[in-house]
Amino acid sequence: MSMDFEPTSEMEAADIIRQAAGAGMALAITGGGTRSGFGNRVRGEQVLTARKLSGIVSYNPAEMTMSAKAGTPMVEIEAALAGNRQMLAFEPMDHRGVMATSGEPTIGGVFAANVSGPRRITAGAARDHLLGIRFVNGSGEAIKSGGRVMKNVTGLDLVKLFCGSHGTLGLLTEVTFKVLPLPPAAATIVAFGLDDAQAAAAMAHALSMPVEVSGAAHLTESVRYRFVGSSHPEGAATVLRVEGLPASVAVRAEKLKAAFAQVAPATVLDHEATEKLWRDIRDVKPYADGTQKPLWRVSVAPTAGHQLVAALRLQTGVDAFYDWQGGLVWLRMEADAEADVLRRFIKGLGGGHATLVRASDAVRAAIPAFEQEPASVMALSARIKEKFDPKGIFNPGKMG
Amino acid sequence: MPETIAFLEPKQSVLARRHQIAEDLADILPAGCLISEKRGLVPFETDAFIAYRQVPLAVALPETTAQVAAVLKYCSRYGIPVVPRGAGTSLSGGAIPQSDAVVIGLSKMSRILDIDFANRSATVQAGVTNINISEAVSADGFFYAPDPSSQLACTIGGNIGMNSGGAHCLKYGVTTNNLLGVKMVLFDGTVIELGGKALDAPGYDLLGLVCGSEGQLGIVTEATVRLLAKPEGTRPVLFGFMSSEEAGSCVAEIIGSGIIPVAIEFMDKPAIGICEAFAQAGYPMDVEALLIIEVEGSEAEMEAMLASIIDIARRHGVKTIRESQSATEAALIWKGRKSAFGATGRIADYICMDGTVPLSQLSYVLKKTAEIIDGYGLRVANVFHAGDGNMHPLILYNINDPEDAARAEAAGNDILRLCVDAGGCLTGEHGVGIEKRDLMLHQFTQIDLNQQMAARAAFDPQWIMNPSKVFPLEGRPVA
Repeated sequence: MSMDFEPTSEMEAADIIRQAAGAGMALAITGGGTRSGFGNRVRGEQVLTARKLSGIVSYNPAEMTMSAKAGTPMVEIEAALAGNRQMLAFEPMDHRGVMATSGEPTIGGVFAANVSGPRRITAGAARDHLLGIRFVNGSGEAIKSGGRVMKNVTGLDLVKLFCGSHGTLGLLTEVTFKVLPLPPAAATIVAFGLDDAQAAAAMAHALSMPVEVSGAAHLTESVRYRFVGSSHPEGAATVLRVEGLPASVAVRAEKLKAAFAQVAPATVLDHEATEKLWRDIRDVKPYADGTQKPLWRVSVAPTAGHQLVAALRLQTGVDAFYDWQGGLVWLRMEADAEADVLRRFIKGLGGGHATLVRASDAVRAAIPAFEQEPASVMALSARIKEKFDPKGIFNPGKMG
Repeated sequence: MPETIAFLEPKQSVLARRHQIAEDLADILPAGCLISEKRGLVPFETDAFIAYRQVPLAVALPETTAQVAAVLKYCSRYGIPVVPRGAGTSLSGGAIPQSDAVVIGLSKMSRILDIDFANRSATVQAGVTNINISEAVSADGFFYAPDPSSQLACTIGGNIGMNSGGAHCLKYGVTTNNLLGVKMVLFDGTVIELGGKALDAPGYDLLGLVCGSEGQLGIVTEATVRLLAKPEGTRPVLFGFMSSEEAGSCVAEIIGSGIIPVAIEFMDKPAIGICEAFAQAGYPMDVEALLIIEVEGSEAEMEAMLASIIDIARRHGVKTIRESQSATEAALIWKGRKSAFGATGRIADYICMDGTVPLSQLSYVLKKTAEIIDGYGLRVANVFHAGDGNMHPLILYNINDPEDAARAEAAGNDILRLCVDAGGCLTGEHGVGIEKRDLMLHQFTQIDLNQQMAARAAFDPQWIMNPSKVFPLEGRPVA
């Protein structure tokens, strides 16, 4: 492979893409490359990176919106936001740990992979915060969709379509997104010793209370000490986060603790400990282990998560913990990836999907990284792809 | 009736087969599910964008997804245009039919199929009204967040079609942020399911594309929506100002300070008068602009947040502050606001704009709006969602005076161009429909629109789904 294409402007990117389309040259689309573990191996002849399309274009804290070029490093975005006590409310995960990649994640990569963290259960996913995009399609045309206002239903919502399309529909050149004030206070309520099923019930109960839980995870016994120290009671840790004004965080934490105390020993973590804990949960710390053991990200209905893991444990060696009230399951297989068993069980439990985020090259070559959609939906997705990238030059094979 | 917005030329081949089509549909549908007599069709000729009317060819009222699929399969086979319809409350003409179209009304599909509190979701048929969902789960402490003003009548299917918002989406988001999955029928009768009870789905976010697609990608027959725990308490508070500029800058500072109330609604003097006469909500009549700001949480939380908001309001010269003292008062305050469109309709005909602007532009756009309206010799009442910059100038006119109607339409178009030029968009929650269709090139380039139309064609290559809407009639791909 020769030198990467590194356009420094949207116009230059459009020229490169037009020429590539003319020549039928497949392009591997990247940003910082820290999420390269996503998807199947790309049959690209040349890398096209958005890395040099970089810089914050506009940031108006009072309007709670920011526009940035797609290759802007996350550290730059986060520093600007922190300076105004604001944040990306969807808490995008940093994949470097679990995928053993290096370099700087970019804002374009966050949206291209629709990366969302623990607060997704109340704040929404990356896709819910993306207001507008600019991209270059497979014919080399520069296109905009959405805008920079909070409410916008003008025309078809291509913004959502791009979020999570992993560079297969076009090259994102600029993104405009919603930002929110950092909560001035936060606390975590921890209940110890619940089994997975009890934890699922406890989390469902907590989410039914008027206390605005902004994070609900169950850290099983095997991983719990990677998150919560041994000075606390033994057993699995079920954790619930509340955020907001200091007075209300204190009141809400007490209410939750009282509700928990009926079923298990419970404690409350302060703001600082809360920030660290949820960053570790976000980044899947126990499985950022430097191995190539197959790692799955499973998304199911919240009450189905623990049933899935219980069924798998009877069949194979698996380690797991839960975020999103139990609906996001991180699964590390001890040996085989067990894709067929896993995907069959998910179907049996009412649906959802499993994404292979890490495995050895040999395993990745044999297993589709993303769950296959039903034939009718797959046909529709293929037609969509064809409408944005008629020559099929963007990340061929990645999602298919 | 103004004639400035054109519909597609009716297909003569379809019109010529009118009787055959009615007979065939009668065979496909159960008894009582088809209307094809002229008198029965008239109620379907328009929606809440009443300036335009088109009597459809027939109205199908299917009872099942399979029947929707059968009708669509038939229509696509013969190239018959199809216009989906929920409750017909669209303010942009999204549900107005055309003379060669079969309307597919979802009103008979109004059952709640599944309520799952542990997974905080409800699965309902598309004809269920918005308010029905919240009412069904209220006793158990939950609600469905998006709350368009028409929520007593409008259906969840229509909400998905338009990606509807409402007063409380400042905190909770609009329909697309609260939708987990749909069952829908494509133009050729294919039934697909997107999403489900899991928080995300594999593959492209087709659900996100479908939400707000104005019935052009298919017909949603079932939806799974997210339920939320109801807050401990809610309290709307009235803030009266002596100028719209003061109210506008107060809103910008509240948001800028990091406080996000559940709702910030704005009314100008004409709107206050109209709503107060209708609802007797106790709105102050001696102010030029009114904000309804709602906070929620425990008593202590509401007090703390209100204290900060009151501080900011004082800095912006607030004249009157009135807290609701009871649930009844709170309900009246919202009744006044939510009946603003209906109450306006009692005193004049109106068209309702829906542009959204960046918060910093609120005061400027309000001032310019007044100038535009003056220039046309018209009257306006402003009532809108200020917290997210979603403006609703109601332009008052006389529908029976063609010149007045043409002036109102021209003024509306000027206001929407103003919103786009101020960094905003044509529509925040009502949809493009026919109303804003011909302004799309003010916000997008033809190349932008070509890409949207290409995505549309991936779903409906024949362009039979609600075909007169959203995209300007010129510049469409040649079939």
